[in-house]
Amino acid sequence: MKLWRALTEKSWLDQSLPTVEVGTLAERDFTSKRIALCVFLVIVTVVFSLFVVTFLTHSLYPGFQALAGEPWRPLGDTSQLWVNTGLLVLSSALMQLSVNSARAGKPGYCLASLLSAALFTLLFLLAQLWLWQQLSGMGYGVRSNPSSSYFFLFTGVHGIHLLGGLLVLARPLSHIWHASKAEVISKSLRLCAVYWHYLLAVWLILFFLLTRSPETYRFLAVLCGLEA
Amino acid sequence: MKYTAIADQPVEMHEPSSFIGKYVWSQDHKVIAIQYSLTAVFVGLVALVLSGLMRLQLGFPDTFDFINPNSYLQFVTMHGMIMVVYLLTALLLGGFGNYLIPLMIGARDMAFPYLNMLSYWTYLLAVIVLLASFFVPGGPTGGGWTLYPPQTILRGTPGYDWGIIFMLVSLAIFIVAFTMGGLNYVTTILQARAPGMTLMRMPLTIWGIFIATIMGLLAFPALLVSAIMMLMDKIVGTSFFMPALVSLGETLDYSGGSPLLFQHLFWFFGHPEVYIVALPAFGMVSDVLATHARKNIFGYRMMVWAIVIIGALSFVVWAHHMYVSGMNPTFGFFFATTTLIIAVPTAIKVYNWVLTLWRGNIHLTVPMLFAIGFIFTFIHGGLSGLFLGNVVIDVPLSDTYFVVAHFHLVMGVSPIMVLFAAIYHWYPLITGRMFHNGLAKLHFWVTFLGTYSVFLPMHYLGFLGLPRRYFAMGETSFVPDSVASVNASITVAALIVALAQLVFLANLFWSLRHGPKAGHNPWGATSLEWQTPDVPPHHGNWGPEVPKVYRWAYSYSVPEVKADFIPQNLPPEEVIANEPADEQRERES
Repeated sequence: MKLWRALTEKSWLDQSLPTVEVGTLAERDFTSKRIALCVFLVIVTVVFSLFVVTFLTHSLYPGFQALAGEPWRPLGDTSQLWVNTGLLVLSSALMQLSVNSARAGKPGYCLASLLSAALFTLLFLLAQLWLWQQLSGMGYGVRSNPSSSYFFLFTGVHGIHLLGGLLVLARPLSHIWHASKAEVISKSLRLCAVYWHYLLAVWLILFFLLTRSPETYRFLAVLCGLEA
Repeated sequence: MKYTAIADQPVEMHEPSSFIGKYVWSQDHKVIAIQYSLTAVFVGLVALVLSGLMRLQLGFPDTFDFINPNSYLQFVTMHGMIMVVYLLTALLLGGFGNYLIPLMIGARDMAFPYLNMLSYWTYLLAVIVLLASFFVPGGPTGGGWTLYPPQTILRGTPGYDWGIIFMLVSLAIFIVAFTMGGLNYVTTILQARAPGMTLMRMPLTIWGIFIATIMGLLAFPALLVSAIMMLMDKIVGTSFFMPALVSLGETLDYSGGSPLLFQHLFWFFGHPEVYIVALPAFGMVSDVLATHARKNIFGYRMMVWAIVIIGALSFVVWAHHMYVSGMNPTFGFFFATTTLIIAVPTAIKVYNWVLTLWRGNIHLTVPMLFAIGFIFTFIHGGLSGLFLGNVVIDVPLSDTYFVVAHFHLVMGVSPIMVLFAAIYHWYPLITGRMFHNGLAKLHFWVTFLGTYSVFLPMHYLGFLGLPRRYFAMGETSFVPDSVASVNASITVAALIVALAQLVFLANLFWSLRHGPKAGHNPWGATSLEWQTPDVPPHHGNWGPEVPKVYRWAYSYSVPEVKADFIPQNLPPEEVIANEPADEQRERES
């Protein structure tokens, strides 16, 4: 409604100075960063959505061999993927814990959970690498079939985003290091936590997608309008 | 004292004093804008030279030994990609976006100045990687600017080995740069507007840049996705876009990929890209027309809505570039329909520009000449687009010079006309000097008439069925001899237009030192960028206090007001009213 009102304003009639609540500089700075993060997450969503659409299109072509669906397929047993998912869930939960500790004014807890979150993220990435090796060893290398190619592509692009997130963690860490105000630390961490939760959600979708049977792909493709 | 802060909360800051801090690693949006612009113009000149070389071959075949079929295709490819992405997108959004957004909305700088600086340096890296591809073994890619697989990465296409890798890497880097810049533009417009600057008081330039940036942020990922997948096809050997095929008698390892998928991805980026270039141009030309016709823009609200609607619709028309690609033929009906629908808001804009001129107090200044020139070229290019949007007409005209004529007029010449209008319009603000009027007018007439001489005859060549991207026609029965004369005349016109750009550049640099001082607000414009305390604006833009905005940006020739414009930040109590007619008569008698 607010947007509708804004876009239907007859600006040529009015000569007043609208009174708008202007927050403090710190508040506006935080809102700016939050907006930028939201827009960035939309962009990342577009990237992954496009990858997924091309994946579903590929899944309709003859010769596409799904990685799961039958017990003997390489991802027929998903236990390793569940372990990796657990690592990422833990890191995401620890990020949230870190935010909560910062809010409660407990920098020690905050730092400990932040570092543990980073550690679990690194472990997740290493576990994904190990999975790559395992799949390649089984003959499902990056070139073997489009489905394998997508596995490497999805996990690679997702991993790069996590690595980028790890680099950004330097910022809240420096706030903690310089003993900034609890509010500064918690705001900085809040944005990082949103990013972590988002990447966890992306991973869950990718996990779901990579371990489906050809019938499910066909159903999803029909749902997306890729096939009648 | 210098200030910087978002909008109205001044915080004292230290303006960089060293040369490097001020002009190289600068975080000031105006310096970054100029860095963006100069880099874009430089790389644009490279593309201009490439087009000259192409024209030499087409106009005078068998004359120039240094142009062979391979290098010709490389010129075509690099010319197209540079012009569309590295010149137009970068200059309109990186250059004008950076310069105008904070000034026009009354902010001191971008929301994230450091990110803004990174954006430029990343863009420069993208340009360097792109230009480096001229020097790698095999030269740059010659696969056409659309980079269609499988041919782009296969033996037989120039630059199939290293050139294409450099191109894709450069595009990926460009997209990272654009994303950094785009996040900044969107956040700044949403967050840093001066008090009183409501969304519907923003000049149309800002609306155009705002929507184009959002579109860029949503469309460039498609190019990024296709670049990543094609790089994997090329380097790792995956088969995302590569079907099973035999190349030069050799069975390749690829199998199961889809070249058509690439086309869909490419044009999902490629068509919005047309409007990413066009919308900022639409916005800027609206402001130039209103200012130099001393009249409010006709139908401001409709103009804003049209920009938003065009932005949204441009995401559902992409496959009109693919009527002959072999896609499902029923798609053609859908995309032809959406293409015709998008013409409606576009036509509304054109009508509104013409109606803005109607009974205006038209000053035929150089920016105005270019703006009017734009209306001509845009209508011509737009109308031929209506033909090509229909499947039955597009199929015979596909891949002919008719298409070349259409897209050059609509998204080559038209945005360039606006860019020239914008450069001449804002030159006094950016440099504090006026340009040489005579040279600028010469530049306009040669460019305007010259580009028409180049692209109008191409429509006829297209009707004759002359295919594009051909190095030479050879002996072809359906091509009459007169085509050679037309091609020669086009080449001569193109070279003259290219030379005229040297006059433009000479004028820009000469006027920097020798142009008359522009003074404050020489065009009598209402928008905020002209109301800065200093010309050119200093670091922090506004001195101790940011402006307050009382009205929209188009208060020109308001009947009861003495001056023929009211700046956006002039308080209503300071607006001087006209003397009542009887008092005026009394005084005169």
